[in-house]
Amino acid sequence: MSTATEIEYETTIGLEIHVQLATVTKMFSPVATYFGAEPNTLIGPVDLGLPGTLPVPNAQAIHFGIMLGLAFNCEIAERLVFHRKNYFYPDLPKGYQISQFDEPLCGPGNFGGVRIHRVHLEEDAAKSTHAGGSGRIQGSDSSVVDFNRGGTSLAEIVTEPDIHSAEQASEWLRLLRTTVRQLGVSDVNMEEGSLRCDANISIAPKGSTELGAKTELKNMNSFRFIERGIRAEVARQTAILRSGGTVEQETLHFDPRTEAITSMRSKEDAHDYRYFPEPDMVPVVVTTEMVEKARAAMPELPHEREERFIGLGVEPGAARQMSWRPELGDLFEEALKTDDSNPKAVAALICNELVARLEDGDLTHSKASAASLAQLVALVADGKVTSSGSRTVLDKLVEGGGDPAAIVESEGLGAVGGGDTLTPIIQAALDANPDVAEKLKSGDMKPIGVIIGAVMKETRGRADGKEVTKIARGLLGL
Amino acid sequence: MIDAKQVLHVARLARLELAPEDVQPMADELSSILGHIEKMSSLDLDGVEPTTHVVPVEGVLRPDVAEPPLTREVALSQAPKHTETGFLVPSPQA
Repeated sequence: MSTATEIEYETTIGLEIHVQLATVTKMFSPVATYFGAEPNTLIGPVDLGLPGTLPVPNAQAIHFGIMLGLAFNCEIAERLVFHRKNYFYPDLPKGYQISQFDEPLCGPGNFGGVRIHRVHLEEDAAKSTHAGGSGRIQGSDSSVVDFNRGGTSLAEIVTEPDIHSAEQASEWLRLLRTTVRQLGVSDVNMEEGSLRCDANISIAPKGSTELGAKTELKNMNSFRFIERGIRAEVARQTAILRSGGTVEQETLHFDPRTEAITSMRSKEDAHDYRYFPEPDMVPVVVTTEMVEKARAAMPELPHEREERFIGLGVEPGAARQMSWRPELGDLFEEALKTDDSNPKAVAALICNELVARLEDGDLTHSKASAASLAQLVALVADGKVTSSGSRTVLDKLVEGGGDPAAIVESEGLGAVGGGDTLTPIIQAALDANPDVAEKLKSGDMKPIGVIIGAVMKETRGRADGKEVTKIARGLLGL
Repeated sequence: MIDAKQVLHVARLARLELAPEDVQPMADELSSILGHIEKMSSLDLDGVEPTTHVVPVEGVLRPDVAEPPLTREVALSQAPKHTETGFLVPSPQA
């Protein structure tokens, strides 16, 4: 009989992501919204829920919502209905949030190996600042509310529980963020709160078909916190189950400073939202024209670009890096316009050599043109410069731009190649190191480095190691 | 149909204060209203599309164009309590 301490657990995670849409105005109110404005300067009568005001949905928000649905391969509803989600909180002046309930904009989909449950549109809440007990603001039990954010257009993306580790969650969120940014529907800036994530986490014995009790980890606003938060919560649940306890279904808060997880549990009726159709708004018909307009606005998405790059022969790691960082992908494609005979080497030069030379990998620090990168790759391929010499050329290109062939010439980096030039130099190196030559003859190729080193010294690094080895073997009759 | 316990629950959700002697009459009235709705649901409505509105209008949307916001002074002046820059409310954590 196995005891609880021996059981291996499997983690199951579903994510709920709120994305602030890049609309000019709010979801249901014609007031502009942007980050960093003075408090309570971006508000209109609808945002304050003043009597007699009527909300009207923002066509652009629906357009963006359809684009998200298309990117996630979702079914797009033909008709959407907004609902009132009722609860009382100071950041919600109407006493309800306009959201969607049983007729969301986008139904089941699939993205990056994770099933999408739904995507719906709603309005954001305002921001309240609790004065705390210091009494700085009159009455120590007061809060100050800023309604600038109140009513901002949001898309909520809900996944199925298809994620099985903290690493997978953050990797998938990175793909999501890159994709949403590429779509142009949100700036997905986590620091400014335009991408926020909740995680539903449960663990169950490995192989079990039933999911364990889940907890909801709220409002994590950086990839690092998400990973650490999920890891901490999995550890907490595992410890509870191993000690024979049961995990309680509750909402939790993760404090990234202390790594502490605390319960946010409120009254049990807090989740009785009494959804009902918003009587102030008529249903929105999603026409074929609207869907086609969204389809026409779709750019190439990161995962599509990645596949296309791999199709060109680029290594998968570089293909991913260049598609998740569009500026690298654009540089790569620009370089191929000059010379498309060696995409794999151009990609490797950009991802391995170029990025490593730049502060924070930031391309704006490089003066090397796309054409010069392609030319450099061609010089190496043609044996006109060795790979070590090419690094010096790249240093120069990054520093001041220019023409790689001219740099090779002016720096004296031209490769010394061809048997006629190298053979006497290699023979001299073998003669100068008879013990090494002896070992090589006996089949022990380890000390070949000594010969290569000597040749490199003689040619000032302009010989190719592989070619030296080949010629040396020939000279030794191997 | 609706008992006193449900009335108190809904009253709490709606932040309504009900005097103890009003609870049972409220339960009776709500039951009578819901009874009427129940009667309607006995009609055969198969083939009739569910509707959420009585007006036959659909697809009213707004272009994403900004109109001037309220000035902060006007907005704040509508509130019972405010600071120079924000609305002052009882703390929900208090």
